Order: sequence, then C-alpha cells, then structure tokens
Amino acid sequence: MMAEEVRKKRPAPDPNSAKYKLGQIAAKAYSDCIEAKKRGEMVGWCASNFPVEIPETLGLHVCYPENQAAAIAARGGGERLCSESEGEGYSNDICAYARISLAYMKLKKAPEQDMPQPDFVLCCNNICNCMIKWYENISKELNIPMIMIDIPFNPDYEVSPAQIEYVRAQFWDAIHQLEKITGKKWSDERFREVKEISGRSSRAWLAATACAKYTPSPFNGFDLLNHMAVMVTARGKKEAAEAMETLLKEYEENHQKGTSTFHGEEKYRIMFEGIACWPWLRATSTGLKNRGINMVTTIYADAFGFIYDDFDGMCRAYSRVPNAINLELARDKRIKLCRDNHVEGLLVHTNRSCKLWSGFMAEMSRQIGEACNIPVVSFDGDQADPRNFSEAQYDTRVQGLMEIMEANKGGH
Amino acid sequence: MFTLGVDIGSTTAKAVLLKDGEEIVSSSIVVATVGTDGVSQAIENVLRESRMKRAEIRVTVVTGYGRKTYPNADFQVSELTCHAIGAHHEFDNVRTVIDIGGQDAKVLSLNEEGRMVNFAMNDKCAAGTGRFLDVMANILNLDISQLAGEAAKATAPANISSTCTVFAESEVISQLASGIKIPDVVAGICQSVASRVAALVKRVGVREPICMTGGVARNDGVRRALEKELGVGITTSERAQLMGALGAALYAYDKAK
Repeated sequence: MMAEEVRKKRPAPDPNSAKYKLGQIAAKAYSDCIEAKKRGEMVGWCASNFPVEIPETLGLHVCYPENQAAAIAARGGGERLCSESEGEGYSNDICAYARISLAYMKLKKAPEQDMPQPDFVLCCNNICNCMIKWYENISKELNIPMIMIDIPFNPDYEVSPAQIEYVRAQFWDAIHQLEKITGKKWSDERFREVKEISGRSSRAWLAATACAKYTPSPFNGFDLLNHMAVMVTARGKKEAAEAMETLLKEYEENHQKGTSTFHGEEKYRIMFEGIACWPWLRATSTGLKNRGINMVTTIYADAFGFIYDDFDGMCRAYSRVPNAINLELARDKRIKLCRDNHVEGLLVHTNRSCKLWSGFMAEMSRQIGEACNIPVVSFDGDQADPRNFSEAQYDTRVQGLMEIMEANKGGH
Repeated sequence: MFTLGVDIGSTTAKAVLLKDGEEIVSSSIVVATVGTDGVSQAIENVLRESRMKRAEIRVTVVTGYGRKTYPNADFQVSELTCHAIGAHHEFDNVRTVIDIGGQDAKVLSLNEEGRMVNFAMNDKCAAGTGRFLDVMANILNLDISQLAGEAAKATAPANISSTCTVFAESEVISQLASGIKIPDVVAGICQSVASRVAALVKRVGVREPICMTGGVARNDGVRRALEKELGVGITTSERAQLMGALGAALYAYDKAK
C-alpha cells in the first residue's frame, strides 16, 4: 500500500504577531459589518480612497468592494463573477473589481468573501472615474443613496487653496447627508480621536515600510500587499494602530537579528509598480522569490500614510492620493522610494483592469528608470480577471530583468 | 572545448554545437518542439553531424519558452540574453536586436559592450510574429519561403488594417476576392508585421546598428518593410534563426572557462 503523502503542517500563527493581528482586523471589518446589518443598522459600501474618517467618526459600519473583489480574485472566484456581470451586459473592458462587485450585488453570495448588501454607497473619484459609474449602477439598481465626493485629477504639483475649499465643502455635505440618512451625528471630539488614531496608524505604517532601507530587507514586500488592507479599511481604529506598531517592532527586530520574512537569499531588490495580480499571486511572487528577487517597496508604502493636523489637512491628503496627482509628483514619490530603499530594478504590472494607472505607468516608469539608472520591465496582467495574465510570458520578462540586474552587478 | 546551446522555441527546436567559443561545428533546426521529440532530435542531429558523443560536451545551456521542460542542461537562460549574446557575436557593434520568432517578437537594446540593458516584447497577441505569416501564407497557398519573393514584385502594397491575425485573415480573403494581386497582398502583410514591430522598436529606442534575428529575419519582405518603417538599415545573418541557440552555446563557453 502506498504511503499517504504527509502534508506539511503549518505552525499555528502566533496570536501576538502583527500578521495575526492584522489578519484578525481585516476579517473583523467584514464580520462587524455583517453583525451590524443583522442588528438592523444601516451599512455602506465604500470606495477605498473615500475619507474613512467620515464613516468612522459617525460610527457607521462600511465595507470595501475593492477589497472584497481582491479577496474573491485571490481565492479563485474572479473569472466566475466577471463572467456573471459580463452576462448581464457589462463590458469585459471595464475594471474587474467593478465587474466582480456588480456581480456580487446581484448574486449576494460568494464563498470566497461575503459582505452585507449596502444601504448606501460612498464614492470618491480620487482613485478613478470608473468608480462613479460603478457606484451609480449599484445605487440605481438597489435604490439606495449614493454619496459622491468629486476630487478631480490635480495637474499641479501642490494642492491649491481653491481645491481644498472645493473638497472641504463636499466633505461637510457628505457628512450632513449621512447624518440625515442614518440618524448618526458628527462629533468634532470623535473626529479628533479618529484623526489621532489614523495618524498613529499612518506613522507606524510609514516607519514599518521604511525598514526596507535595510539590506537585506527585514520583510518580503509582498507582505505589504496584504497588510495594506488594514490601512485602507481600518486605520482609524485603535487596534489597527497597535498592530502597525507591532509590525514596526517586528521589522526592526528582524533587522537586528538579521532575519526576514523574505525566505531565502535576497539577491536583487526591486520596486513593484501597480496593483497586485491577485488571481496569480502565487505565480508572481514565486517567480521573483525563486530568483532571489525581493520586491522591497511599492507606492502603497507611501500611499496610505495619511498624516494631517486638521480638517483642511485631511482634505489636502485625500486630494493627494496616488491616482489623483500629476505625473511629476507620481514619479518623484517613486524615485524617492527607489533611492531610499536601494532598488536595483523596476517591475511594472500593466494592469488591464486599471486604464488610468496603466496609462501613466509607461512614461512615468521610463523616467524613473532614467533617473535611478535601473532597468524597467513590464508584464501584462490584471488585478482580478485571471484571463489577462500569462505565466510563461511573466516568467521570461522577470528572468530578463534578473539577467540585466545580474550583469549590472558585474555578473555574467 | 565543446559547448552546446539548445533553444526550445514555440514552433522549432534549435541546437548549436560550438568549439572553443568560436567555431560552429554543427547546428540543427527541427520543426517540432515541446511535447514532441523535436528537442532530442535537434541534439541528436548536431552530435551525429559532428560525430561526437554527449559526454564530450563540457557545458549545455538551454533557452527559449520550453527551457524549463528540458532537464539535461547545466544552466537555463532567457532567450532575451541569448539572442543578445548571439547577435553581438555575429555583429560586434550591434546596438538594437529585433527578434521575431514563431509567436514572439522582442527588441533588445545593447550597450557598447554588447550587454543587454533594456528590452520590450509583444504581449497577449501573436500578430506581427511568424504565426501571422504562417496563417497568411496558408490562405495565399504559398510556402512561407515564397513570401519575400512575392513581396518584391508588389507595385501597390495593400493596406491590412486589422491588428488581429484572425480578422486580418478575413480581410486578406476579401482583398483577393476583389482582385488585388497576390504580390500586393503579400507586401501588405509584410508591412503589417513591420508596423507592429516598429512600435516595439521605438519603445526601446532606435539605436544603430540594428540587426534582425529569429526565423522571420529570413523573410526579406519583412526586413525591407521594417527598414522603411524605421528609416534605417537592418542587417541579418544566414544564421538568424540560430541566434538564440548560438547565444546559449556562447554563454555555456563563458561558464566553462
């Protein structure tokens, strides 16, 4: 009789570890919302770059369709839901997060990641304008209110007082609309608390991600793509601030001990540009790890550090998110990350789902490569639709990048 | 010292047996690749032709899309690096290499020392590659080797506007049906490949001298159309289709030294 294959047992996660805590917070964001809905409270679906301080201060539970779509895609459900919404008539060309979310709105169930149906939707287009139509469709189909904050693309390097005035008025309008719809009340004192906590989370996050300045890096950059979910959805919560501080402590300890969550020898350090290719996370990370390539930094390391002193500062911060800034600022932020973190190459994910980001990536990346004197390689993929990625094509490009970095170091 | 380079491509398997990093003792191109005995056939051919045994080979390097399926190599290197090495060996001052293979088109930028410093490849789509030419030759009832000769006879090259190979096939059929002459259609096909590849070249940067490698380099129609599109001369070699395998054998020699 053939011996049964012995499955390698994974050790139980340490409940005091940042990874465990952050995982719990991310899961709780969904379960809290489900419980709130069961209790009869109104819950919302919220865009990732909508000011989380607003629902947090009002005491409203919200969950994030983008985060849900990423989870569904990472767990293998992307194509099924995309096909569902395409069958409804949505174009295959639109963002896969939108296709998955619109399908979920109809199906109301997905074993990969469930969340309660919304009573209102919170939309902010500082991430993109596809978001507007996506949320309008949800609002119309479910006959629920849509709160819309318009933060236009900023062609200037700095945020102007006029822009802050425009955004501030809309933030207050959104707050008043939500007070009317939900019966909750805004509290300046509560906002101050949320602001402090959000700042604390952000400072810890920025400091933790800045540990990539050490060589070798004390962490595998792919970890950031997971941990970032908490910065998006829960940075105004005290437990998130504590977990991020634990993360920072762990990374500093790793550096002291010479260990890392990147297992294996770190031979090359790259920056990864773009959203993760969620349906192919294993293939994309393995293709790098097997070659000793550590993705030490990404723009997300910078993007979710919201630090501000007052309400206007908050308006400025939301006007300065990665997809709302001009090419020069986008480029300069990344050049700084590359220099600070001793990056040797840039791997660009040309993401079919995100036309906006993929549109500016090509020229921005070319300028980064020139400024930092590093090779730049791109591959085609998608943040949530598995049909837009080819493992063999990705592998050849990553190997080509590695061979250039190797030659630059004086290897063959 | 003998080294072996094996290039397992999407449509053909190639092998080059190299002596002392300089002399090509034997070479082979087999139109059968991964999943067939094409690879072992190519290797057997070079060994038989040179009357050598496998054990006499010091180092073997494998490249191409099928490189991971071949277990008997000492090193596995991307076809990007191998084509760069092969082209630099053939034309020692080349700065841009255009490789058009069966399903792949790539453009490599080399520095003064012949090292690859940048590259661009076609993504998702095989239009502009050897596959496109195969499909077209089939509709025209021509052998692929006849395309260049036909293109040279063109007086008014047809315009093929479809970027998709399948839609372009329909377009070519309707052009033939409306009486457009075969040489003009073939010239249009070559032009279509050239304009897609030229876009890749411009992304990487047009730095002379430029050479073409890969199977499609044998098609003078495509090469001339590319020269016209880029406004520069493009050289090639009779060994164009072997550049990947040659580069692999040269890499092997470097490792063996």
